[in-house]
Amino acid sequence: MYRVTLPRIGTAQAWRAALRSAVTNDIPPGQIDWAFDTSTPSLFDAAPLPAPRAALTVPKAFAKLADGVIWHSDPERFAHLHAALLRARATPALLSDPGDEDMARLRRMAKNVGRCIHKMHAFVRFRELPTNGPRPRFAAWFEPTHHTVEPGTPFFAKRFGDMDWLIATPDITARFEDGHLSFEEAAPRPDLPEDATEDLWTEYYRSIFNPARVKVSAMRSEMPVKYWKNMPETRIIPELLSGAEARVRQMQEAAPTLPPVYAQRVMERRAPARVADRMDPDIPTLDALRTLASEMPLQDGYGRMVLGEGPSPAPLMIVGEQPGDMEDRAGRPFVGPAGQLFDRIAKTAGLRREDAYVTNAVKRFRYRQTGKRRLHQPPNRGDIEHGKWWLDLERRFVKPKLTLAMGGTAAEALTGERAGLLKRRGRIEDTENGPVFLTLHPAYILRLPDAEQRAEAEEAFASDLAAVQARLVEMS
Amino acid sequence: MVKRTTQEKLAILADAARYDASCASSGSVRRDSRDGKGLGSTGGTGICHAYAPDGRCISLLKILMTNFCIYDCAYCVNRVSSNTPRARFSVEEVVDLTLSFYRRNYIEGLFLSSGIIRSPDETMEQMVLIARTLREQHNFRGYIHLKTIPDAAPELIEEAGRHADRLSINVELPTDNAVKAYAPEKDPKTIRGAMGDVRKLREASRDKSYRGKRPARFAPAGQSTQMIVGADGANDATILGQANRLYSDYRLGRVYYSAFSPIPDSSAALPLIKPPLIREHRLYQADWLLRFYDFSVDEITGAAEGGNLDLEVDPKLAWALKNRAMFPVDVNRAEKSLLLRVPGFGTKTVGRILSTRRHRTIRYEDLVRMGANMKSARAFISAGGWSPRALTDSADLRARFAPGPQQLQLI
Repeated sequence: MYRVTLPRIGTAQAWRAALRSAVTNDIPPGQIDWAFDTSTPSLFDAAPLPAPRAALTVPKAFAKLADGVIWHSDPERFAHLHAALLRARATPALLSDPGDEDMARLRRMAKNVGRCIHKMHAFVRFRELPTNGPRPRFAAWFEPTHHTVEPGTPFFAKRFGDMDWLIATPDITARFEDGHLSFEEAAPRPDLPEDATEDLWTEYYRSIFNPARVKVSAMRSEMPVKYWKNMPETRIIPELLSGAEARVRQMQEAAPTLPPVYAQRVMERRAPARVADRMDPDIPTLDALRTLASEMPLQDGYGRMVLGEGPSPAPLMIVGEQPGDMEDRAGRPFVGPAGQLFDRIAKTAGLRREDAYVTNAVKRFRYRQTGKRRLHQPPNRGDIEHGKWWLDLERRFVKPKLTLAMGGTAAEALTGERAGLLKRRGRIEDTENGPVFLTLHPAYILRLPDAEQRAEAEEAFASDLAAVQARLVEMS
Repeated sequence: MVKRTTQEKLAILADAARYDASCASSGSVRRDSRDGKGLGSTGGTGICHAYAPDGRCISLLKILMTNFCIYDCAYCVNRVSSNTPRARFSVEEVVDLTLSFYRRNYIEGLFLSSGIIRSPDETMEQMVLIARTLREQHNFRGYIHLKTIPDAAPELIEEAGRHADRLSINVELPTDNAVKAYAPEKDPKTIRGAMGDVRKLREASRDKSYRGKRPARFAPAGQSTQMIVGADGANDATILGQANRLYSDYRLGRVYYSAFSPIPDSSAALPLIKPPLIREHRLYQADWLLRFYDFSVDEITGAAEGGNLDLEVDPKLAWALKNRAMFPVDVNRAEKSLLLRVPGFGTKTVGRILSTRRHRTIRYEDLVRMGANMKSARAFISAGGWSPRALTDSADLRARFAPGPQQLQLI
């Protein structure tokens, strides 16, 4: 039988040394009598542990678990950890098995310790002490459930770096002075001076409470009653609760009051309503059309209205399919990947985007939401009809000599027919919308899996754009 | 007028701020004051320093700079036509209060909002001044949340984002029409525009330059918004649809739902009844399903009658009860997306199931230890040593979860 006595301050280091000795000397858990900060002799005839025989490495997950469990108040914790380590060395998978009973107990203990540390960070209440030095001084009395002063106080050192503080507990005392954190034996509860800020804090606590919603059980489960005695604000809880119903009743029974005299003056002086009045139904300009579009209500599964951009009137109107995610966010057509590809190819073909009015056949991004992503959905016939109304109005202001329709949707909107686009591409069709040049949509090129095919398609697209440019020169 | 003391002002201005639901102090960058030159730290999770008897946490000093306001929003206690007592903090008062509360470990930081005085720009300027004084003069490294005024100048919003950890702009009510009716001075389009600007600035602040330099941080804990539930007639489907849209359009960290609560000296335009708080709770549950469980709005509201969520059972359970054909799910074989749909299994439980079943077969007792809520889950799963048999399809399954019938009150 062996006996290990672990100190109250520096428990972790001492425990690690003892464990190293126990494991490397093959001492079974049942042969060790673990004691914590006590001078009472063992019941058994016990010897101190022998020196460790070798270095000891433990799995990372075990080290993490043990870092929590050793601060628990359960006297059996050291023996449990020792046994768990021996099991984990034999079956490494054990540590990643949330279902094992021993491990579940240790995890529960580590969780309790974590919670105790968290509550300490939350519920320590400092009081200011008089000082002559440049650093403000504060002190607090706190009663933790587990031995959490050592693992819990570095947090305060990080947070209150520019002040000196002391946290006294029945367990041990933590002191932070001039940037140095140290621990001492427990002292009797210090007599801390009254602090006027506590009244302000209590006032805040009273005012932030909403009497119309009382949920005492939620409060108690998160702020257990055992912590209340050291928190100034909890003194007024009974008073708040007893008054809550009456306050709500008072609010309900109070008749609506007349507005104060100054209200009328303030409201008159305020700037006139910002939302412009409804527009003329026959929409005189392109800007008026834009304003109308920006006021359209949003619909589920659709983005906002994105109209075209460019000079108006313009010789060329370029019509794509519908705005994508990036266009919808930017509120501008053709700025996403397909738009960038179009810009690049247009430049090589000598077509200037700035000279053309660029727009889409359908004005709203249609998508399906998956998690936080919005996936593009092809427009249906209703969407095309909807877009056509807007497109016609845009055409009325832009008055293009030639229209470039890119992709099936644009072809359908402008020529009434989307079938056979591969055969029809590169040609000009005369429609009621004037001459329409048909080609594929640049997004088609982006979707081709094969680099060679992509290069080919880009070339064909470039030659289409060059043909458009040539035709424009011819027309002017 | 007699000058009010700080304590009186605090009572008025904290009272006015209590209708803001958000008190989060998490998700920001890690900062601390170990160098001894400043005060405060943030990082990872937030801390709730106290809980009020309404069950809500107190993590931040949540106050208004002033409750004078030139707007007349029907649902707001501070509207110009209300007779509520008015007060205004000076910049120093807010700074002093924040620092002295912070030093005593009462709070994680400041949540500053304000009524609009004179003009939106002037109000925002004062709020930014408070944040700047805290950060630059006092080296305050705790958490700051600024409620942004949508009509304020973009430069002010940009500066606010450099000092604050989180910015928020309230959409106020779930539909544009409701905003127009109850908050005539506010424009839903301006509100959305401001949220879009914040999103753009945030994204720009994450782009490194070609030399790998990082621009100044902008609102590292993201932006959030709040809408009032129950003041207008919008149903839950509308509210969740709007929330879902906000999450995807503006990458919001959170959408808060605030059950409309009777306010002192309220406007005649609004109901004075206590709303069912459970509705707010169900909306938050549905919100979680949207964000972490891959549910779509249609699925959640499809299980509900008339577009409103079931108040008796939670939305996931309601969905499962309507889609019993998909159950029971075998926990030892089912894919992750299906496990996430089991009532009583959270994301953590599912993670534990996936890592355990690599080693061995999962039994019913294992699930209990993993933290699953087996009261809800057991009808919908099969595991080692457990089969629900006819339970999944039994006609009275819903009655097992719903609260029991209650005797009506005679008086």
